[in-house]
Amino acid sequence: MGGTMGWHLLRGWTVLVYLFMFLPVAVVVLLSFNASQFGSFPMTGFSFRWFVELAHNDAILRAFQTSFVLGLMTAVISTTLGVLASLALVRYRVPGSNYISTLLIAPILVPEVVLAVALLLFLNFLGINKSFTLLLFGHVIFTLPFVILVVQARLVSIKRDVEEAAMSLGASPRQTFFQITLPLMMPAVLAGALFAFTISFDDITGTLFWKPGGVETVPTQIFAMLRNSISPEINALGTVMILLTVGLPLLGMGIARSLSQKRGG
Amino acid sequence: MSVEAREARQPWILLSPALTAVFLLLFVPLLFIVVYSFWLRTATGSDQVGFFLDNWREALTDAFYRDILFFTLKIAAITTLVCALMGYPAAYVIARSKGNKVLLLLLLMLPFWISYIIRTMSWINILGVSGALNTAMMWLGVIDAPIQMLYNQTTVILGLVHFLLPFMILNVFVSLEGIDTTLEDAANSLGATRWQAFLQVTLPLSLPGLAAGGLLCFVLGAGTYITPLVLGGPGDAMFANLVFEAIITQLNWPLGSALSLMLLAVLGVLVMIYNRYLGMAQLMKGLG
Repeated sequence: MGGTMGWHLLRGWTVLVYLFMFLPVAVVVLLSFNASQFGSFPMTGFSFRWFVELAHNDAILRAFQTSFVLGLMTAVISTTLGVLASLALVRYRVPGSNYISTLLIAPILVPEVVLAVALLLFLNFLGINKSFTLLLFGHVIFTLPFVILVVQARLVSIKRDVEEAAMSLGASPRQTFFQITLPLMMPAVLAGALFAFTISFDDITGTLFWKPGGVETVPTQIFAMLRNSISPEINALGTVMILLTVGLPLLGMGIARSLSQKRGG
Repeated sequence: MSVEAREARQPWILLSPALTAVFLLLFVPLLFIVVYSFWLRTATGSDQVGFFLDNWREALTDAFYRDILFFTLKIAAITTLVCALMGYPAAYVIARSKGNKVLLLLLLMLPFWISYIIRTMSWINILGVSGALNTAMMWLGVIDAPIQMLYNQTTVILGLVHFLLPFMILNVFVSLEGIDTTLEDAANSLGATRWQAFLQVTLPLSLPGLAAGGLLCFVLGAGTYITPLVLGGPGDAMFANLVFEAIITQLNWPLGSALSLMLLAVLGVLVMIYNRYLGMAQLMKGLG
């Protein structure tokens, strides 16, 4: 009896912990549909007006554009570098591969503020001022370790037998890579790219150091808007971002699953 | 070139772009700010190249920086402790639950995908003057006028706990998941109560996960400057805020370099201590 009592208490605690994690975010979504003038309680009615205002706010649209382009370019570069490095680490016996792995994930072992300062000052010294280029370099180096961790974990499960079979049937290494290895790797590549995009899209700590004046990404735009007061537009913007950053990975997982099912079936 | 030599060179060709990026965009910049920290920002706003100890003297001896460093470590320590106390039981329930484990895990991943700035600012909707809590208390008649609950040390900790809790739960869960549940049953059958079995079998075995979660919470918590800016008051600046001030506001880059390296050193020492501790734990596992 004592055991089940304790278990119930633990479960109750867990429910509270989950509420703590999600209730504030749920309130953001709820308030974004509030018809009231102010971004706060009480709810005066259900309305999409704040989303409509978002769509007409040039600053916010520009921020979205910047974040999208930055996220996409980061994802492409980071995933390319990450997939190549992961292939080397998973597929070959590299002397000192442990040290190489540590080196490659070093950008997330260093506090992001320190990485941000070092990169800003060094690239500035080389003549690259605060700019989109600096932002891109920063986002690439910061997302690379995550891509490598994700891609490596998934590459391990791809068996070499299939490739060897293709080679023994007369396929060239090049044909084998493009017709066998790459399609098998697609879920890993996609997962890495999505991860890089989402992290880039969410980043604020480094971005505030690297962005030139007048350029905002969505998170820095939200941050700047918070300085004034919390308007209903911020809640609407938050809701859109949640939909994007939660919806995209879910979509990606769905695509990855259907890809692997097609192959399996 | 022989086939063997080509085969041996191939991984290095694959690795070189990523390694080059890490060297040029992380290690060289870090070395660069070590050099930079000995330069001097002159009154005219230009940097004087040389070997000056002024920035380091200021960073290491000024009581202002020391106090904020201790304040930062204190906030990070409290955050880590609260995360452990809140997160451990939850991780235990997830690891031991049968029916809805997948759902609980999926929900646990969600916060990682929701933007940090949104999760941080969401507390303004809860605790602000016209937030959910004040509105509810006024409606219930508990208070007549809204109270300001935001912008203090407690709300900074609250924001950090909210941000870091998933890291803690996930790490503890992973180590709990790796423990054979029959060990607890064995302890029970040998006469231990459930509580004793937990304290003497499960808890010690899950310590590596708890330590990993703790390290992450501490290092990420101690390195933040956004949470104090959004949820803290004027007196709640943390060490990373000083770095931000020096670099972005005052444009004193040599001093900012010294302060960054100080933060890196303090948090780096913690990672090294952890490494050593885990090494010992590993050793004990090997002996047992």
